[in-house]
Amino acid sequence: MTRLAELLLLLVVLANFSVLATSRVSACIRAIAFQGLLLGALPLLLIPGWSTHTMVLAAGTALVKAGLLPWFLRWAIREASVRREVEPLIGYMASMLLGTAALAVAFAVAAVLPLPLPLAVTPLLVPVALVTVIIGLVVLITRSKAITQVVGYLMLENGIYLFGLTQSARVPFLVEIGVLLDVFVGVFVMGIVIFHINREFDSMSAANLRELRD
Amino acid sequence: MILLALVLVPAVVAALAYFLPAAFRAGLLVFAALAHLLLVAVLWATPGHRLWDGWLADDALGRVILTIVSLLFLVLAHYAIGYLREENPRGGRAFVSCMLGFLAAATLVCLSQHFALLWIGMETTTLAVAPLIYHRHDRRSLEAVWKYLVLSSVGIAFALLGVFLLATAQPASAGRPLVFGDMLANATALDPVWLRAAFVFMLIGFGTKMGLAPLHSWKPDVYGEAPSLVGGLMAGALTSCAFLGLARVTAICFAAGAGPFVRPPLIGFGLLSVAIATAFIIGQGDIKRLLGYSSIEHMGLLSLALGLGGVGAYGAVLHTLNNALAKVMVFLAVGNVVLACGTSSSGRIRGLMRTMPASGTLLVIGLFAITGSPPFGMFLSEFTIIKAAIDQYPWIAVVLVVLLSIIFVGIASMILEMVYGERAEAGATAATVGTERPWLVAAPAALAILVLGLGVYMPAPLSDAIASAAEALGGRAP
Repeated sequence: MTRLAELLLLLVVLANFSVLATSRVSACIRAIAFQGLLLGALPLLLIPGWSTHTMVLAAGTALVKAGLLPWFLRWAIREASVRREVEPLIGYMASMLLGTAALAVAFAVAAVLPLPLPLAVTPLLVPVALVTVIIGLVVLITRSKAITQVVGYLMLENGIYLFGLTQSARVPFLVEIGVLLDVFVGVFVMGIVIFHINREFDSMSAANLRELRD
Repeated sequence: MILLALVLVPAVVAALAYFLPAAFRAGLLVFAALAHLLLVAVLWATPGHRLWDGWLADDALGRVILTIVSLLFLVLAHYAIGYLREENPRGGRAFVSCMLGFLAAATLVCLSQHFALLWIGMETTTLAVAPLIYHRHDRRSLEAVWKYLVLSSVGIAFALLGVFLLATAQPASAGRPLVFGDMLANATALDPVWLRAAFVFMLIGFGTKMGLAPLHSWKPDVYGEAPSLVGGLMAGALTSCAFLGLARVTAICFAAGAGPFVRPPLIGFGLLSVAIATAFIIGQGDIKRLLGYSSIEHMGLLSLALGLGGVGAYGAVLHTLNNALAKVMVFLAVGNVVLACGTSSSGRIRGLMRTMPASGTLLVIGLFAITGSPPFGMFLSEFTIIKAAIDQYPWIAVVLVVLLSIIFVGIASMILEMVYGERAEAGATAATVGTERPWLVAAPAALAILVLGLGVYMPAPLSDAIASAAEALGGRAP
């Protein structure tokens, strides 16, 4: 079980890098949907004993992160009929290098912060969570399109979710569902704003938003 | 039971307001606000309610913040009735529902003793105010709401990571996971390394929501573009809730003996916020953006006071109360002026004392209230904070006095020009005489009386509650 979990965690990292490397918005959304599916499967492998709690958490995560949100983002780009390119502020090669650096930093930090013993399920979990958070931030900052910023935000949330899995036995079910719901509504509201940005400016680039300043 | 009612009444009324016909909307809004304040009054009369194994409970700090939120909401609900008659492009259905949704979420933040529950409430407040900011549906408010959503969402995501780190720091023997009281009682058992990591992320997260520099960049944009009523709701209620989150985690760090680690960043962020606010208040040309920077200043004072500890903790709680009431009052007075003149650019607004005497007077009162002049309440809280600084780092007190004086001059020169000045820039849009509506004047006037009253006389139950809140934060009453 742990082996399989580690394989899935490596695939999570792979999904991070494919978001960094791709030039198509639709490929970004596919990668984030794939990552959501992995995140849905992970609680089943990491938390011993398939309680109802774990099963509902897994199903809910997969439904929201691999189903509803990617579908909604695809709807947003189709309705707004935006250009398909990602339009990064830095090159793809530089993005990949940043991602690699993030990977090194994540493993170094995780080595300094060992989890207390009963929580240490697999030593990969914390570094993978950290690298997902950092790469999410990189995407958020270096991509100018509003929709790719949402993808970055989702990766950030995914990384935090992975870290949260270490605490899943102690944080009650209600809370996890509440967090999931908040993320869902948050992306939903962002999607609506993106829709309006596109209508106002004929482009989804957040770079148009620079009227307000001192 | 009463705790659940406090959260559910506004939530249910929010749904009702969305689905019932428009004729009920104003009534529902005021009904929910009154019912909420009544329930808060019951809380004061019979303290110590608990629910769900202590996940929701009423403690002194939460009760003080909840009272601020509830009072402000009642005032803002009345103002909203007048405001929606003046400026209401799309019927106000979403506006009223989002206001009530915000009240429910903010109540959850104030009452939750469980950090994850507190986080859920905080994230919900973020989402509830987003449609309010975008009320006018123009390009500028669109830009403001996007900046707000992205920065706040990332900030609040960091706070969630902080919550998980806090859970990691707590060993199984140290009480129920993430319950504030249990963590405080077993603080010495917490893992110091994970606790520090948790504090850093929660400071970033709640600091973004409060608008502490250097995480403040959304604030002037949002306060400048959102309707004044929404700016007031955010500057008064939302930032107070974010302060509550920061105060709770700081209290745990102090109890765990991590004081030397958490005090420098709190003091540093605080001083930086006051300094940056000063720099941008001087020469500011937009009254609503100026209020945004003023809010950054006061959030900086709160963070500073929290970091100083001792009587500073008392000053912080008292300052939260005074800042919230005074800031909303000024926002509403400014809102009247902006509605009448059609601009918030201060160079184009002149002679308010002649054209809008009531709002003009309120603006002048508000000027003295938000700059901490006697006899207003904020004078006492700023004085307490400066005293806490003198006790420990006299140079901070000197810097504060200088910066606060510059801020006073900056705000006073803008507002006095607007109210008494007559020579306007080209293209000035004078308000027509006699356009002030009673709803829009009564709300800030009520707050003005309250702000003045609290400066002169502080009721004993309130000062007791503030003192015990300060003790929970590791401080003491002066």
